[in-house]
Amino acid sequence: MFDEAGHFALILALCIAILQSVVPLVGAARRDAVMTAWARPAALMQFAFVAFAFFALMHAYAVSDFSLVNVADNSNSMKPLLYKLTGVWSNHPGSMLLWVFILALFGAAVAVFGRNLPPGLRARVLAVQGMIGVGFLVFILLTSNPFLRLSPIPADGAGLNPLLQDRGLAFHPPMLYLGYVGFSIAFCFAIAALIEGRVDPAWARWVRPWTLAAWCALTAGIAGGSWWSYYTLGWGGWWFWDPVENASFMPWLIGTALLHSAIVVERREALKTWTILLAILTFSLSLVGTFLVRSGILTSVHAFAVDPRRGIFILILICLYTGGALLLFAWRAPQLQGGGLFAPISREGGLLLNNLLLTTAAATVLIGTLYPLFLNVLTGQRVSVGPPFYRMTFVPIMVPLLVAMGVGPMLPWKRGDLPAALVRLKWAFVATVAAVVVTLAAAGVRSIYAACGLALAAWLFAATASELAERVHLFGDKLSAVARRALHLPRSAWGMTIAHAGMAIVIVGITGSNAWREHKFLTGRPGQSYDIAGYTVAFNSVKTVRGADWTETRANMRLLDGGREIAELHPFRRFYTSEDGDQTGVAIHTDLLADVYAVIGAPDGTGGYVVRLYYNPLVPWIWLGAAAMALGGLVSLSDRRHRVGAPTRARAAAAAQVQAAE
Amino acid sequence: MRRWLFMLPGVLFALLIAGFYVGIEVHSDVLPSALINKPAPQFSLPPLIAGQPGFSTADLKGHVSLVNAFASWCAPCRDEAPALSALARSGVPIYGIDYKDKPAVARAWVTALGDPYRRIGADSGDVAIDWGVYGVPETFLVDRSGRIRYKHVGPLSEADVAKTILPLVARLEK
Repeated sequence: MFDEAGHFALILALCIAILQSVVPLVGAARRDAVMTAWARPAALMQFAFVAFAFFALMHAYAVSDFSLVNVADNSNSMKPLLYKLTGVWSNHPGSMLLWVFILALFGAAVAVFGRNLPPGLRARVLAVQGMIGVGFLVFILLTSNPFLRLSPIPADGAGLNPLLQDRGLAFHPPMLYLGYVGFSIAFCFAIAALIEGRVDPAWARWVRPWTLAAWCALTAGIAGGSWWSYYTLGWGGWWFWDPVENASFMPWLIGTALLHSAIVVERREALKTWTILLAILTFSLSLVGTFLVRSGILTSVHAFAVDPRRGIFILILICLYTGGALLLFAWRAPQLQGGGLFAPISREGGLLLNNLLLTTAAATVLIGTLYPLFLNVLTGQRVSVGPPFYRMTFVPIMVPLLVAMGVGPMLPWKRGDLPAALVRLKWAFVATVAAVVVTLAAAGVRSIYAACGLALAAWLFAATASELAERVHLFGDKLSAVARRALHLPRSAWGMTIAHAGMAIVIVGITGSNAWREHKFLTGRPGQSYDIAGYTVAFNSVKTVRGADWTETRANMRLLDGGREIAELHPFRRFYTSEDGDQTGVAIHTDLLADVYAVIGAPDGTGGYVVRLYYNPLVPWIWLGAAAMALGGLVSLSDRRHRVGAPTRARAAAAAQVQAAE
Repeated sequence: MRRWLFMLPGVLFALLIAGFYVGIEVHSDVLPSALINKPAPQFSLPPLIAGQPGFSTADLKGHVSLVNAFASWCAPCRDEAPALSALARSGVPIYGIDYKDKPAVARAWVTALGDPYRRIGADSGDVAIDWGVYGVPETFLVDRSGRIRYKHVGPLSEADVAKTILPLVARLEK
């Protein structure tokens, strides 16, 4: 009963989405207040129906209603409730429903929080949002309906992939979707601006919080996904340049560029068409990401069940949305009033450089991801692009970006003075040189790459700290005055500082884990001990544990540091009887400076086991840094200028005049 | 000129979509079967480990064997080590193509994993392309006459070996 209601709610949501995408648009064009006002209730109603459908599916999973194909295929009555519920988005139809749920959630959020938007703009934004909803609701109903019935009803479900019974996996996809789908709001604002033919600082100020929110979620989602693959896949690494990882990374790179270019629109009324283009591209890359994962066009560890028909459908949707957006862009963007030219050495010049480097980096990742596919299409040749490609192309783009990240915030708007900024960065230079010297002295001349990486991190961290110190007059004023200034600093300034410092921490983690990682693969027997990176791992014993639907080989190892036991490690390998598949349980001991990571493999038949040990220095810093970046985004999001002072256009214009008069 | 610049994103996008469209078609039917039932390509690779024989087409004649393309920089390749060792123990000869690798690193890597290979050729990438290797690891099953009969993309699990590879080997050996 509930299931039919959920199915029906989806169909109703589609009907409302169709109305939402047409009526307000016509209303805004005709300046008809009644039709324009349709946008908000339509967005709220669409959300109510999609939410109902989503919770109906959750309910079906919770009560193990195996009369639904989707539940029977992906759940099992023996799973714990948490994993029954997260099983909703562990499969293609369910995850698409989550996608649409988040889309409708953002639409409703614009309807609720967008009170201060001009009605015309709000109507157009919500209409475009409705169009996206229409496409994906049709996609779900036609090709990926989670509410299809099954007859006869099986006694139990076919289970959930054991790899998917994991907290990290349960929560990183929703975060990623919040990010992907959140960028749809920036996209809708861009389309609305193109239709209106108007981009101004007020527009940029409205777009920025939505972009920030999506960016924070995507940052957390990517970091969570990387952490998940680190501790579940058992490969000792945290990033594999896998197509699916790249699919989430590209919108992040362009989204980061968008965050920064929106500031230029807001403050200097420049880079308008560029910002519009970035908003279109960010969401389009999110769509491409969805396409790559679900079409099976690229081989990946993350691939969902492959169905070319679904791939074609998503491809059509991408054609409609991105293609339509870019057509509109080609037609309308040249008519947008351009901002004035600006000096290369200035805050806006720095932000432009940031944009160029970030988009180039995203293009590199796109090429690396798609090159094998395109070469194959054109010549039939097959090649693969591995980490060496990214090391050669992506890293050299990141280096100037990180250098510029230190200088940019030091430059004033309009016209900067580079030598003066560099003088103000003297302590950052000292920190950089110190990082090189200390690294080389401690780790030897062969660690020259590591020294460069750490130097970059030290540069960025120290430059960010210098900028903050200057803002609060840390040196040269009483401590109470400094604290008062720090408290009154705009939240957006704090957000930038925290996020940039977080980036520096990430760089330390990446550098350390690449430079000083150690690993051992061996055939181990209980009773042996192994030395790795100054630690000793004593392989004590192996026992077999039987659970409800699995058998597990669990090792007991002791981790010794200078003869003293500091931890017990229990790597395991679990075989599931209810389905084909085994799960690797990685044992990780971390002291936040380094991880010792142990994996046990299959028995070799003569009493030995394949054992893999890794020493991963500084790896935890990657996730700590990413968390700091997401936190910085949230702090910036809480800036009062996004809540109060949310400008009406008249007031913004007056403010712009005042600024111009300064 | 300026107008043209604004159309550029749309044009690039159209090319991308065309590629995707053809890619879906190509990918869905050709990837697993491009070389199936065709003779293995002609090649001759230098040995990875100095002093041992190299690996060439002639080695594949006369017995059912597996050809495994791997690389030490490829994380999933590590995961198939137990499956390959199990196969080697059951007597199926396995030949390795070490793909775009640093020889010293690859040698240490192979040794650490218990070297299941009968011969390993070091490939700078050309031979793997002839084999249609899309990304490492990939594994091919070659019959007595030197024809490719099966291709597995991605790491081999022990279940793959038990359920697919060994029965196929048994059938081809009849």
